[in-house]
Amino acid sequence: MRTTLAAAVTRGVAALSRIAGRGDGSVIGGRVGMMIDPALLTHLAGGRRMALVSGTNGKTTTTRLTAAALGVLGPVATNSYGANMPAGHTTALARAGDTPYGVLEVDEHYLGRVLDETGAEVVALLNLSRDQLDRAKEVAMMAQLWRDALQGRAITIVANADDPLVTFAAAGHPRVTWVGAGQRWYDDSWVCPECGGAIKRADADGAGEPQIAGGGGAPDADWRCTGCDLCRPSPQWTITGDSVVDPTGGRHQVLLELPGRVNRANAATALAVAAHFGVSPADALPRLAEVASVAGRYARVQRDGRAVRLLLAKNPAGWLEAFDMADDAPTLLAVNARGPDGLDTSWLFDVDFSPLRGRRVLITGDRAHDLAVRLSVNGVPFEHVPGLRAAVATVPPGQLEIIANYTAFQDIRTELNRVT
Amino acid sequence: MSPDWTSLNRATPDWTSLDRVPRRPSPDSALRIAWVYPDLLSTYGDRGNLLVLAYRAALRGLAVEAVEVRSDHAVPIDADIYLLGGGEDGPQALAARRLAADGGLASAVNRGATVFAVCAGYQLLGRSFFAKGQKCGGLGLLDLESDRGPSRAVGELAGEVHAALGLPTLTGFENHGGRTHLGPDVRPLATVSAGVGNDGLCEGAWQGSVLGTYSHGPALSRNPALADLLLCWATGRPALDPVDDTWPEQLRAERLAAVHLAAH
Repeated sequence: MRTTLAAAVTRGVAALSRIAGRGDGSVIGGRVGMMIDPALLTHLAGGRRMALVSGTNGKTTTTRLTAAALGVLGPVATNSYGANMPAGHTTALARAGDTPYGVLEVDEHYLGRVLDETGAEVVALLNLSRDQLDRAKEVAMMAQLWRDALQGRAITIVANADDPLVTFAAAGHPRVTWVGAGQRWYDDSWVCPECGGAIKRADADGAGEPQIAGGGGAPDADWRCTGCDLCRPSPQWTITGDSVVDPTGGRHQVLLELPGRVNRANAATALAVAAHFGVSPADALPRLAEVASVAGRYARVQRDGRAVRLLLAKNPAGWLEAFDMADDAPTLLAVNARGPDGLDTSWLFDVDFSPLRGRRVLITGDRAHDLAVRLSVNGVPFEHVPGLRAAVATVPPGQLEIIANYTAFQDIRTELNRVT
Repeated sequence: MSPDWTSLNRATPDWTSLDRVPRRPSPDSALRIAWVYPDLLSTYGDRGNLLVLAYRAALRGLAVEAVEVRSDHAVPIDADIYLLGGGEDGPQALAARRLAADGGLASAVNRGATVFAVCAGYQLLGRSFFAKGQKCGGLGLLDLESDRGPSRAVGELAGEVHAALGLPTLTGFENHGGRTHLGPDVRPLATVSAGVGNDGLCEGAWQGSVLGTYSHGPALSRNPALADLLLCWATGRPALDPVDDTWPEQLRAERLAAVHLAAH
């Protein structure tokens, strides 16, 4: 009774918040519902078969792809607005009503708690890298937190074999499905989280030494610790060109609307999770191909004869992935440093912007001057523009790629009329 | 294992655009910059100081060789500039122990090499610091001691630089829990007008050609004149040719205005 009431209030408050123009209501609705029934998330998750998706980058997209894949089996509850803490989960499940399945994106810090409360049977772990260090826990601590949270649970883990920190978190668990999902960003995993030894990578300039300019290497290079046994597990799911290879050796061409190798990797992870629930890649792939945008990301919007596409990059690893996703076209970079972005712009020097050389680069945002200095030092010519409108007017008709960090992305998304 | 400058100095995307930065063995006159222990002391954009120094040297036609010295390698004694970045408590304590045992940095300082250290790297150059609640011995290359403050200092940091250095206002971003107390042999880098720095009054320290600051990460990106001062110390040149600093100056003006100071 209390749960029914709490769920109804959650939906109602979320709807009111939306009507009042205070956002999509995902957080406030769940908060109020949990005041009425503190175990509301557990009650709402009960009766559903649940999967969770966590990691520094790619959570929202992979959650969306996984929900699409599980859609083969029936209705799926999911937090598609990226509200990835328990209040958001509660709202998502309350809104969805009775569904046999649920897929939730989970903030890295909350993985243990949400496992406790939802009884999820599969957890997908994508990657761990630095993200707003003036607020977040040190990356290696997060890996330890995950490891502790996963220990002794009767779950299946789908984990990225190319990320040493993810491997450390999942290694030793009896049921892990490894995916060769890739890692472009090496700079948070040169030191073994297990023993403190040096981690060597097969492609890093022969010697396996870090590169002074940062950046990354081949996304699925072999790696091993020089001090202990931690090494790249042999993945059951791999990516070759535009195909995903499943554990039986079956090769599936992955045709996505979403750009870049990183999204093929996200698709491989989604397929691995879906396989646990009994969905075959052949059945799931057409569903994945239908996903064209995720919370405004990747969507192409026509504006004055320019096809504008918006990519989100919240941290150094995310920027490297975005350079890979963006087409070779005029590119607008937008950087803010408001609360949700982290107030510190130091990370700009962790990103190697040289992949943008040869493209016309425009910059904007609250912290465009920081970006201007970074690009100068990086040898990337650029033009400073006041905002989206000026950028569109500056480039010739055709494509305009936009890469923006969190609040800059939201600002531009609003200006593009809340594309979804 | 001693570092092999030739093999460790590798062409990287950031460097290849700078035609004047040699990709291969450079003349003996090349400016050698050693980034010390990036595997332990590099939390947030610390690489930026190396990149800014190399960029500004290249603009003046100075050949640069860079080496990245991991903590399992010996610190070279023949570099011209040594850079130390920020780090968490555990890595900071480990870095201090390894640097003390290695001895390379101390001998380089004794023969007059230039050192630029930020945050955790700055603290460990002093006589002692606190990490994980324990007092740890530092390298004693700067006459100062650090302990824990009542709260974490996070935010914009600015102040007038010590007159003897002849630099414009310092601007940076700080993120640290330590407080630093200067001894008689060091001079403060700046007096604090925004933020906390050492103790809310002064910020950073310098002694000879060893300079440390709480302005973390790529501190030199906002302080190009400080970068040039380090290059002058390292090369023995009294001054460097002026370069186009339009963007750094705009960045400085913006950040100083954010803490209600005028750039000059």
